[in-house]
Amino acid sequence: MAYQFTLGKQNYLFDDLKSVLAKASPLRSGDALAGLAAASNTERIAAQYVLSELPLKVFLNEAVVPYELDEVTRLIIDTHDFKAFDNISHFTVGDLRDWLLEYTTSGQNILEVSKALTPEMVAAVCKLMRNQDLIAVASKIQVITRFRNTVGLKGHVSVRLQPNHPTDDMKGILASTIDGLLYGCGDAVIGINPATDSPNVTVNLLKMLDDVRLKYEIPTQSCVLCHVTTALQIMDKAPVDLVFQSITGSQKANSSFGIDLQVLKEAHDATLALARGTVGNQCMYFETGQGSALSANAHHGVDQQTMEARAYAVARHFDPFLVNSVVGFIGPEYLFDGKQITRAGLEDHFCAKVMGLPMGMDVCYTNHADADQDDMDNLLTLLGVAGCNFFMGVPGTDDIMLNYQSTSFHDALYLRKVLGKKPAPEFEAWLLKMGIVDELGNKRIVGDTNKLLLNL
Amino acid sequence: MSKDISIANKWQQLKNHTKARVALGNVGTGLPLSEVLALKHAHAMAKDAIVTKLDVEGLSQKCKAQAIPYQIFNSRASDRLEYLKRPDLGRQLLFNTNLKKTEKVDIVFVITDGLSAKAVNTNAFKVLSHLLPKINESYTYAIALVQQGRVAIGDAVAELYRADFVAVCIGERPGLSSPESMGIYTTYHPKIGFTDERRNCISNIHSNGLSGKQGAQLLQYLIEKSFALKISGVSLKLEVGEILKS
Repeated sequence: MAYQFTLGKQNYLFDDLKSVLAKASPLRSGDALAGLAAASNTERIAAQYVLSELPLKVFLNEAVVPYELDEVTRLIIDTHDFKAFDNISHFTVGDLRDWLLEYTTSGQNILEVSKALTPEMVAAVCKLMRNQDLIAVASKIQVITRFRNTVGLKGHVSVRLQPNHPTDDMKGILASTIDGLLYGCGDAVIGINPATDSPNVTVNLLKMLDDVRLKYEIPTQSCVLCHVTTALQIMDKAPVDLVFQSITGSQKANSSFGIDLQVLKEAHDATLALARGTVGNQCMYFETGQGSALSANAHHGVDQQTMEARAYAVARHFDPFLVNSVVGFIGPEYLFDGKQITRAGLEDHFCAKVMGLPMGMDVCYTNHADADQDDMDNLLTLLGVAGCNFFMGVPGTDDIMLNYQSTSFHDALYLRKVLGKKPAPEFEAWLLKMGIVDELGNKRIVGDTNKLLLNL
Repeated sequence: MSKDISIANKWQQLKNHTKARVALGNVGTGLPLSEVLALKHAHAMAKDAIVTKLDVEGLSQKCKAQAIPYQIFNSRASDRLEYLKRPDLGRQLLFNTNLKKTEKVDIVFVITDGLSAKAVNTNAFKVLSHLLPKINESYTYAIALVQQGRVAIGDAVAELYRADFVAVCIGERPGLSSPESMGIYTTYHPKIGFTDERRNCISNIHSNGLSGKQGAQLLQYLIEKSFALKISGVSLKLEVGEILKS
């Protein structure tokens, strides 16, 4: 169905819903690359006006990717909570924006309708919101998950310790792991991106991490971020806590990652059966990122922010422990500079939280993007205020395997200090017991007698 | 003093096991200033590498000196900004009237800036000067110097030369530890539209990575295997360690 809007003396026409969504999106290089972006600033605002007046019901009648073609669309429609939708079915997208912001709407109220909201509805409302709105709404929502500790509580922020090494050298990875623990990082997960997808290497890395965890009785979980099929293959001979997979918003794009919903279900079922969690058993870990569907040439003419929200529909179907977008990793042809990365990071966190996900963020950039450490400081702080569940902890921000810059162990110290936030409670107790932090949460001076440095 | 920059010995020893930035110490929640500046320096070098230009003059001289037929091309990306925003244009050749007629060759070597012209300015001939004497007898070849190019532009160049094999020497995305790293992508019977699974890749040729000689060894292996087996890409395995040992 076509849409039109008159703004000033100019009449703007939009072919269909996905065109309205794309043209209403704040400017980013990926939508321009795909030829989907608004042709002018005023056309963008016209599209936002159209969007603001669209009834939410429209999104149930007009799929942006055809139902017959795409299993992600089928998942979205088939699992839509019609009952909860009754309460908001009279809303326009503009009404939804206002309702989300109302004092009287609590985070719990939002979570109660979260399965009545399709990703396209959430993407749409996101496009009408300023950065401030994205932070204000997300900060109301608390999504708590549990495995060996509790992540996502208000007043807490967790860190994935990311001890990558270019050749998966065991000692190198162990050195970065110990270093991160000494800064109080690692409560979200100790998660290694392996340099190769070798099953043997994955088994050895998992055993090493599990040995460290058991030796020091660390209340956390580990993960080697291998392909989900590799994890399935080695599950009987390695200590698998969380199973990881990169996911995206269309069947075709997921297929370019070598996955579909069926294999994710198999992995989820198999990992649940291991029952290795102690305080809970949410055992999936997903990563996403705007632009991944376009980069696989599988975006179906849909803008990258809407495709990203569709990936969250995939994620929430498998009750994950952790989800994060790797927002600045994809490069400047999708998110050109610090401004676009910042906007995308806030959008991704907002959309995921509204959809009920335990969202974290890899606040990051590559050297060919027009961004630097100051931009990351800004986004980290904004997302901290927004209540983001976790961030990455990389030694000195420099990931020597993936060749990009993320947030550091020091950034975690900073964020917890300025926002008065604490690690996951079980992990915080461990940090105190080990003498790594003091009662104020300040990192203690590392001495030669530190237990983590003995018997290296 | 609240500074923890006099780092315990045992902690420092972590540095023996990895090039990751471990055991940095801290000043309150912050990094010690020396580490902040070191990180900014590394980032500055990487950023500077991205805007370096292909040394068309110098590379042309080298071709002339060794009597290698060469030609200069541009991609359809007109400048760095467009190059970064439009990867599609960096994969296409700009056809202009200056192009000379191209003789058919067996192999075309494409030297293109990619994300670090400095990388190929420095490393391309380090590899080629080791390689070319070894293949002189067996193959005809030419060199294409391409400004603002991405990997896939090699396929377009190869079609122009009706070449059976293309090797694209290209500046890799600069990392903090390697601002001038060159990669080489090879394809047998290249055609426009090929994707990465048809290509083999030699990565990390720079002063702290693979040497020019090692790069040449690996490239010679790929050339010989590709012509013998008539394949390239995922079905042709490159066991770097094994080849360099032999």
